[in-house]
Amino acid sequence: MSSPMSSTASIDPNTRRVPPLGGLNVTMLKIELRRIMRNKRTMIFTLVMPVLLYVIIASNAKYTNERAGSGNVSAYILISMATYGAVLASTSGGAMVATERALGWSRQLRLTPLSPVAYIVVKSLVALTLGLGSVLAVNVVGILTNKADMPTHVWIAGAVIAWAGSIVFSAFGLFMGYLLPSENVMQVLGPIMAGLAAIGGLWFPIDKGSVLDHISAWTPIYGLANLARWPLYGGAPHLVWIVNLAGWFALFVAGAAWRMSKDTARV
Amino acid sequence: MTSATEHLGLGSVDPAGGRRPAVSLTGVTKDFGNVHAVRGIELSIQPGEVVAFLGPNGAGKTTTIDMILGLSTPTSGSLSVLGLEPREAIARGLVAAVMQTGGLLKDLTVKETVEYTASLFADTRTADDVLADAGISGIADRLVAKCSGGEQQRLRFAMALLSDPALLLLDEPTTGMDVEGRRSFWSSIRSDAQKGRTVLFATHYLEEADQYADRIILISQGRIVADGSGSEIKSLASGRTVRATLEDAGTVTTALAGITGVDSVEVRGDSVYVHTKDSDAVARYLLTQTAARDIEIAAKGLEEAFLSLTGDHETQGAGQ
Repeated sequence: MSSPMSSTASIDPNTRRVPPLGGLNVTMLKIELRRIMRNKRTMIFTLVMPVLLYVIIASNAKYTNERAGSGNVSAYILISMATYGAVLASTSGGAMVATERALGWSRQLRLTPLSPVAYIVVKSLVALTLGLGSVLAVNVVGILTNKADMPTHVWIAGAVIAWAGSIVFSAFGLFMGYLLPSENVMQVLGPIMAGLAAIGGLWFPIDKGSVLDHISAWTPIYGLANLARWPLYGGAPHLVWIVNLAGWFALFVAGAAWRMSKDTARV
Repeated sequence: MTSATEHLGLGSVDPAGGRRPAVSLTGVTKDFGNVHAVRGIELSIQPGEVVAFLGPNGAGKTTTIDMILGLSTPTSGSLSVLGLEPREAIARGLVAAVMQTGGLLKDLTVKETVEYTASLFADTRTADDVLADAGISGIADRLVAKCSGGEQQRLRFAMALLSDPALLLLDEPTTGMDVEGRRSFWSSIRSDAQKGRTVLFATHYLEEADQYADRIILISQGRIVADGSGSEIKSLASGRTVRATLEDAGTVTTALAGITGVDSVEVRGDSVYVHTKDSDAVARYLLTQTAARDIEIAAKGLEEAFLSLTGDHETQGAGQ
């Protein structure tokens, strides 16, 4: 009887290479983007809804006539809705890890050379791309409908700040994604995000110095909402906005890192 | 096969000149709080071996496989895969695993799943190649969510073949496959093993282990209780089982246990089961001294060998 034990390995471990950048590559990024665009729910909530909200609210003649800083109230609403879209998109992108853990895909990836850091980078890039799509959608519709009025540099600055600051919420999405082992984590996060957007000052303006304003200052969307609208008013940004945004960012990153390390300890 | 050995052997020889095992565990233990899942495993698997891992649930099988895959680290002891740390071996695409369930994204197509996985390795075969090998080229553009269980299992297998791994771990690999699928699966596994790929599989089909593995390792309560070929494992628990229908069997158990060669006597309802090395003596006694009828004599299969080995171990464990 032949014994397979006498055969020897044709594979020389020394010839095998480790991929650069922990496995990060353009192919996976492309497939991830194609994948998120296939998700109708995500597309409706992050791209269509903020645009619709803007169109419905900002077309009110009262808002196009009333001034706000160097623009009108419609411009204020445009920046707010772009911020909301970016925040929701980034959260959705980060929260994709919940689905991937529930399906055992995260475990599968750990049997490949992909490093956990590269995985997080990809998730963040996907979240930021989706956020960019959302910000662009609101701004393009804002230009086409011709209701918002503000200087060009305010258009650009508001959009860039809303988009860049939304990275805080991809960390939030990751944290929640690792915390809530559910395939439909956005069903839980959707209402929470709507509530945070309201208390953070994206749905309606909050009077400066009011009780609500003091509460609002402690919530995660407050900092980004005010920073994104700051170009509209000019002057120096308030320190509390920056501290709010940076503080929550640190908290979300720490939370995500903590949950992730728990996750890799035992899948 | 033997002619190929010399020039293929290069990679399996470590700098010290010895043969490098595909998997090596030395005094490996794993605790989860107060639970001792693995209590000291010594194991060396040579390149090209096809090894079956058998054990009841909670035996420490999955925990051991997780450690070999670098998904968890041992509490004590050391472990190497092809002379490397498990994570190092994974990063080089030397180890692959096929899980029984999960591990797939429903919203990707079959081909996208393979391309995604392929993109993560430094050296890889093409997606088209492995899809053809796994026999699923025809469903390349189908969404994973729309694939049957068997198709998903083929997809997992295709993904595992991408990096041309030196070590392949399979968890219940043929679950859900029909007889023909199982046969062709194993013939492809065997031919890969002849080229030097080491295969370690967990299975509940004891017959499958006996048929396809060179070596069977039985694990119970975090320890290896037996390690050998299928026939060795069977001979470890040699003997036969005599079954008879007998009312009031309880009254003759002592007499039965006293017969030379009898290992154990069990009464289940109207049936009595006698495990013995001398089935003739037991049958003669039952037919001449008792009202026993419907006598059946059966050789122990691997299943029984398995039960008696792990059962013995439990009894010993309780006595310690």
